[in-house]
Amino acid sequence: MKIAIASGKGGTGKTTLATNLASYLAEKNKVVLVDLDVEEPNSGLFITGKPVRTETKYKMIPQWEQDKCTPCGLCQEVCNFNAIIQLSNQIMVFPELCHSCFACSELCPTSALPMIPQKMGVLKHLRQGKLSFVENRLEIGQEHAVPLISQTNEYVNKYFSDGLIKLYDAPPGTSCPVIEATKEADFVILVTEPTPFGLHDLKLAVDTMKALKKQFGVVINRYGIGNDDVLDFCRKENIPILAKIPNDRRIAELYSCGELIYQKFPRVKEQLKNIEDYILELKNRATQ
Amino acid sequence: MKEIVVISGKGGTGKTCITASFAYLGGKDIVVADCDVDAADMHLLLHPDFGKSEDFYSGVIAKIDQDKCTGCGECADVCRFNAIPVIDGQYTVKPLNCEGCGYCARICPTDAITMEEQNVGEWYISTTKAGNSMVHARLGIGAENSGKLVTKVKNIAKDIAERTNKNYVLIDGSPGIGCPVVASLSGANFVVLITEPTVSGLHDLKRVYQLVKKFNIKAGCIINKSDLNPQLSDQIVEYLINESIVHIASLPYDETFTEAMTIGQTIVEYDKNNLKTILTESWEKIIQLNENGRKTK
Repeated sequence: MKIAIASGKGGTGKTTLATNLASYLAEKNKVVLVDLDVEEPNSGLFITGKPVRTETKYKMIPQWEQDKCTPCGLCQEVCNFNAIIQLSNQIMVFPELCHSCFACSELCPTSALPMIPQKMGVLKHLRQGKLSFVENRLEIGQEHAVPLISQTNEYVNKYFSDGLIKLYDAPPGTSCPVIEATKEADFVILVTEPTPFGLHDLKLAVDTMKALKKQFGVVINRYGIGNDDVLDFCRKENIPILAKIPNDRRIAELYSCGELIYQKFPRVKEQLKNIEDYILELKNRATQ
Repeated sequence: MKEIVVISGKGGTGKTCITASFAYLGGKDIVVADCDVDAADMHLLLHPDFGKSEDFYSGVIAKIDQDKCTGCGECADVCRFNAIPVIDGQYTVKPLNCEGCGYCARICPTDAITMEEQNVGEWYISTTKAGNSMVHARLGIGAENSGKLVTKVKNIAKDIAERTNKNYVLIDGSPGIGCPVVASLSGANFVVLITEPTVSGLHDLKRVYQLVKKFNIKAGCIINKSDLNPQLSDQIVEYLINESIVHIASLPYDETFTEAMTIGQTIVEYDKNNLKTILTESWEKIIQLNENGRKTK
């Protein structure tokens, strides 16, 4: 069972929900929490555990070998991303623009552009009791999050069976990294806050999930501030509201220290229970 | 003309509310660009008139002409993105997987594949209620190339600033450290980092500042919600000193942010508590830092 936690707007509480829900569920079930916000991975600040595995992740980029180059210019012509520029007899590769499509390398008539690995990020896998945690951190200066997200998914699919509850902390927004992070999910939890920004970005996220034909529900964080427009929107659109996490400065203070919240706030724990019930019912229905 | 970019690494630190306040204070003298094209929210505070709009085309994706396709499968073999599965016995492009590299089109023996331009969003030139010219955009769902749309929005804003003799372009950047952020930083003169005293806030600030350093751009920082965790606030201030980042201001944890947003106002208009004073002084300080920079050049 794969559940992605996403939101249009950043800072609505995705990581708070992901880490608290994962720890709460792991009291009784085997759970894997996967941080797919590879640009700014934060779940690891709240989860500790024993290291299981660390892997360096690479992307493939072409490397020019001058002695084999004729230079015919085909590589520059085939690259749709301007990652290869020919200046008289010199070929320059711009790795940050490369999408690793291999076209230049494989179409080069003299094999002068072999693909070599370039470090893209570092994956870490930790375990504590029933909770496993996987994160992948993008190297600063690497622009493309998608390949690292997809490698993280491959890792999780390789090492964890489908029977487990898998929670994915997705990046904010609605563009390619979010699609990559949610496309395998059986269910998506959209976290929002009851404010105009929250509502505006929730609508974008809802449209995205509809386009991906995903089942989804909403969790309202900081419930009590702002207004009722998010509630009204969800009612009108028949979107299930799985939980309402109350607005409370003390929750923000606890979060600021990198601590989990639900053990100290029974009201939050009750809300997590609601989400648990919802998830377990989905899981039962899926296995029937 | 100078470009001031506001970024935060982490989302939800108050970046857009603060940027909109600066836009309001700058008024007619500045051009505003909302480069958080993924989740553009600044229009909810500045109420631009959506004066002019244009479609944004960027990137291409493969399309297979089934009449010409012989089903040889070479396209699927070379595709590194698993974008050409066989569906109902036909090789079919999955648009969300296609990166637009064009490798398949190039090697198809029967020329059955063409690369088609994608409409990935819309951009607008508006006038806001504060009298700013504002350039903003809406990115299509799941669209690629948000970095290119950011560059587009920024370039149009720069054009307008140059044509109308404005001194500043104020840019609201996106969260993260990936391509849209890189696009908003390139060519910038000054970066305003908005952070909060939470372990995530500091963690993300450090990552995004490492990126800023690669561009050699001078930076200042505003610590929002600073009294939420005074100890961490002190740690942030220490980090700023070590990195020679100007500490522009600290704002208190204040639900006024939400109250103002709920009625569609910037914090400086709403004018409750002393937030307006702090933000006005912050904006003056940012301008001063940029004016000084100009003299030394």
